[in-house]
Amino acid sequence: MKKTVNDFLLLENKQLNKDNFQLLLQSPLPISDIYPGQFINVEIKEASEIFLRRPFSILDVDYQEQTISLLVKILGRGSKKLTEAHAGQTINAIFPLGKSFTLPDKSDRILLIGGGSGVAPMLFLAKICGLDPANVSVLIGARSASDHIDVSSYRNYGQFYFATEDGSLGEKGYVTNHPVFSDQLDKFNKIYTCGPDLMMKAIGKTALEKDIFCEVSLENMMACGFGVCLCCVEDTKTGHKCVCTDGPVFNVNDLKW
Amino acid sequence: MVNLEIKIHELAFKNPVLTASGTCGFGEEIADFIDLSLLGGLVVKGTTLKHREGNAYPRMAETPSGMLNAVGLQNKGVDNFIRNIYPNIKDLDTHIIVNVNGSTIDEYVELTERINELDKVPAIELNISCPNVKEGGMAFGISCPSAEAVVRAVRKVYDKTLIVKLSPNVTNIADIAKAVESQGADSVSLINTLLGMAVNAETKKPVLSTITGGLSGPAIKPIALRMVWQVYNAVKIPVIGMGGIMNATDAIEFMIAGASAVQVGTAIFIDPTIPLHIIDGIKSYMERHKIQSVNEIIGSLQC
Repeated sequence: MKKTVNDFLLLENKQLNKDNFQLLLQSPLPISDIYPGQFINVEIKEASEIFLRRPFSILDVDYQEQTISLLVKILGRGSKKLTEAHAGQTINAIFPLGKSFTLPDKSDRILLIGGGSGVAPMLFLAKICGLDPANVSVLIGARSASDHIDVSSYRNYGQFYFATEDGSLGEKGYVTNHPVFSDQLDKFNKIYTCGPDLMMKAIGKTALEKDIFCEVSLENMMACGFGVCLCCVEDTKTGHKCVCTDGPVFNVNDLKW
Repeated sequence: MVNLEIKIHELAFKNPVLTASGTCGFGEEIADFIDLSLLGGLVVKGTTLKHREGNAYPRMAETPSGMLNAVGLQNKGVDNFIRNIYPNIKDLDTHIIVNVNGSTIDEYVELTERINELDKVPAIELNISCPNVKEGGMAFGISCPSAEAVVRAVRKVYDKTLIVKLSPNVTNIADIAKAVESQGADSVSLINTLLGMAVNAETKKPVLSTITGGLSGPAIKPIALRMVWQVYNAVKIPVIGMGGIMNATDAIEFMIAGASAVQVGTAIFIDPTIPLHIIDGIKSYMERHKIQSVNEIIGSLQC
């Protein structure tokens, strides 16, 4: 679908836990063909200290209702302000932006690894990939049990594994310490990941060593989101690429990791 | 019906609203959002003779009412422009202006000659004010003799409309404007970004990979307005104003201060439809003030 600048109606703003909120936005225009990894660039209103829009990955889409869901984690002033928005408010946004993850083939066995707000495109991918749930594993990492969002409505799409730095839920440690990653990686032929840079780099390096297909969704700072400011570039094997238009999803083979 | 047409040298523009170099790509990137033919002109991304990778990431820092960038003229070079981009945009019903950059006077001249071959590029914007490159760029624009030298050399090989983009990082911008006018510039555009810097207090490191970068956005508007007014009063050639223009009122203020046309830059990052809102806003302003020709606004400041 064509990229547009539009006022979306905020239908719901639900606090999931201390720092995570789920926003449901209704588009004034029909929505079509939205895939995991794509994002929306949202204006933060009534915040003079915030000049640029803030990009958020798509968590879910309802084409019938013309709605999109976002997972907003408070990371700074912009995300904080957005989580203070009320249902009924309009939110100006540029949508849809970016290229999605490569959807898996029917015969694939995939591992989805999400950290922080990077969980959003992983859950979206689990939901729409159309694979047998036995072939979909979702590994989610967070600092502590209280930082994890409730994924019970996604349980039917795959097997879920958790890691927390303090051991309060699932395995203690990082996602890369979880047995599903450290011991059983050979079970999978594709890895998809979105989350903190260090997490994705650790995953990407392992995938490269083991020669497993791996796509990562980068979060480089951007000003525009549609390829004109050239600020969000990633230094790839073929030169600087815009994370907003050439990505945000990249195959690790193309990166200098 | 209000008349929005303005002239820069002998070149007529359907309206005074152009998109600024480095903020609208080559037009194609914003074509989803707006009908490009409604623009007065499109100043495409800064072009160099050879491919440039630009500076390392991070290249951007959000600042109060603005941002710093340190892109460093990333572009695929003039051959790529002529072969792969120009054919797609040459028939747009708006003026395509190429922003020309070099590290040496010879490079500026050679690049200008290449662009001169393109029939549908009626003007160049000679960029002697990029703050984010090590060689050339702003170095040419901060002293009268070097600004004169590059304009003199380019003027010899270029008969179409020659606009020179000026740096605000100087003691007296009017002197630089007079210097380039004396060497045959048809117009000056100003201001390029102001040299700035951002520091991360937690890490004690600069935010930008290049330490310093160019500040743009509403934060610089008062400075840009002042400089447009000073330059307008110092030269006879038309002035193209820019610097933090976010809406029609901003654009009109620049015109009142002396700008014959304006460029919208950083605002496009926030909302690529802003240039069209500005054109509509100028029309309503003229209707409200019973102004028939937009030229009546230019330099109408009453002191």
